[in-house]
Amino acid sequence: MKKLTYPFTHEQVRDLKVGDMVLISGKLFTGRDAVHKRLHDGVKPPVDLTNQIIYHCGPVILQDKKTKKYQVTAAGPTTSIREEPYQADVMKDYGIVGVIGKGGMGPKTLAGCKEYGCVYFHAVGGAAQVLAEKIDSVDAVHWLDLGSPEAIWELSVTDFPVVVTMDAHGNSLHAKVESASADILKTEMGKH
Amino acid sequence: MALKKKAKKSAPNKNGAKKTVKKIPAQSPEKSLQASLIELIKNTSAVLPDDVQKVILEALAREEKNTTAEYAMNIIKANIDLAKKKSQPLCQDTGTVLFYISHPAGFDQNKLTKEIQKAVIKATELGYLRQNSVDSLTGENSGKNIGPGHPSIHFHQHNKKSLQIKLMLKGGGCENVGAQYSLPYTPLDAGRDLDGVRKVILDAVHKAQGKGCGPGVLGVCIGGDRGAGYIESKEQLLRRVDDKNTHKELAALEAEIVVTANKLGIGPMGFGGKTTLLGCKISALNRLPASFFVSISYMCWAYRRQGVELGAHNEIKKWLY
Repeated sequence: MKKLTYPFTHEQVRDLKVGDMVLISGKLFTGRDAVHKRLHDGVKPPVDLTNQIIYHCGPVILQDKKTKKYQVTAAGPTTSIREEPYQADVMKDYGIVGVIGKGGMGPKTLAGCKEYGCVYFHAVGGAAQVLAEKIDSVDAVHWLDLGSPEAIWELSVTDFPVVVTMDAHGNSLHAKVESASADILKTEMGKH
Repeated sequence: MALKKKAKKSAPNKNGAKKTVKKIPAQSPEKSLQASLIELIKNTSAVLPDDVQKVILEALAREEKNTTAEYAMNIIKANIDLAKKKSQPLCQDTGTVLFYISHPAGFDQNKLTKEIQKAVIKATELGYLRQNSVDSLTGENSGKNIGPGHPSIHFHQHNKKSLQIKLMLKGGGCENVGAQYSLPYTPLDAGRDLDGVRKVILDAVHKAQGKGCGPGVLGVCIGGDRGAGYIESKEQLLRRVDDKNTHKELAALEAEIVVTANKLGIGPMGFGGKTTLLGCKISALNRLPASFFVSISYMCWAYRRQGVELGAHNEIKKWLY
């Protein structure tokens, strides 16, 4: 088990390899479909994303009616591939060091990871409670006009569990599993 | 889990003579129905049914130690336990809210529809459901989970006197990897027979990789038109994972699909590993001579479905899973 601790750097993430199980501590910014589209459209982000990690997540957030404080009640990853058209450009334009999501991403993002020194971390899809437990606080919210699941939530986390499935050296576990399973599928299809 | 409900007895009148004892529910039938619906939504969102938990634990035991697959399955197990303990959503994507109602003859569907909508709004306020319904044209999220098609309510009349309400919460990740094939399907050399059906189902499993939050369960419908096929494929997911198809050939196909899918090595979350599918449920509808559809719905490991039978005062009489 490896640890990745805030402040994050490109050097740190370049040391990570596909298959590494990593515990992340520090800051995460949620961002999914609407955020990526808006960033890609050239709208300036409301916070400096340099050396930050974007988490593909639309959390369930409750706001205390009296104190106005936000509380995360569920926060697992959402499917990342929908950000494939945008992700590499967001890496380039805003200097992020990594992305957390689920399901993996495609060749454009993999090339982006290599070129801009980023990694793709896979969190366990559906594990919303285990992951919400790792969130210590909701520090801010931006772009709430996009709706609660689509807004940018600024979260502080401790020991957030992920697996590196795409590294900064051009390796993708998803590409590997897809191709290996395609070979087996071909054999199995011919059996009947 | 059933709601407690006490019938009050009417007090004796002044001259001491007892009136006929009449049982009056502690709350109105509407309030009781609301409480039962909220309880159903809460439990469906937070607690996996026993049959699903069982196959997940078996899958965890099968994975090799110290692999990312075992790591993922352990997190899944911890998540199941934690969600149950906290009565909070297993997954933040509380999904399409699908109600399946079996009701007696002469039942007022419109009234129940209104009560369900009310309960969905309340359950969203309470955080059992995420604000998950978006206007497809404007992108606006009303925050209430109500709108055209939401929640999705399917009514069936049955020959019993009871009212049964089943609920399934199906997340977007797994819904997105669902697929519909039209046979013959030349890219796979899949013809209009059970072997062709087998080929396209396996292809759908391969295409899904880990994107549907596997290990998952498939609901499949052979035949029907495009719409009916997809509806039926989802209704197959109302079957228990451990049941057996009464149709011999379909039972054999269900078993074979699971075995073969697990040979593909896609594994939990697509990390590679031994369990890719936890189950497969298949049924057939008649089709037109010109059409042969195979409709496949993928359900993630966070397989949220539950059901209740309501009693005379709309209290929860029985849990169905």
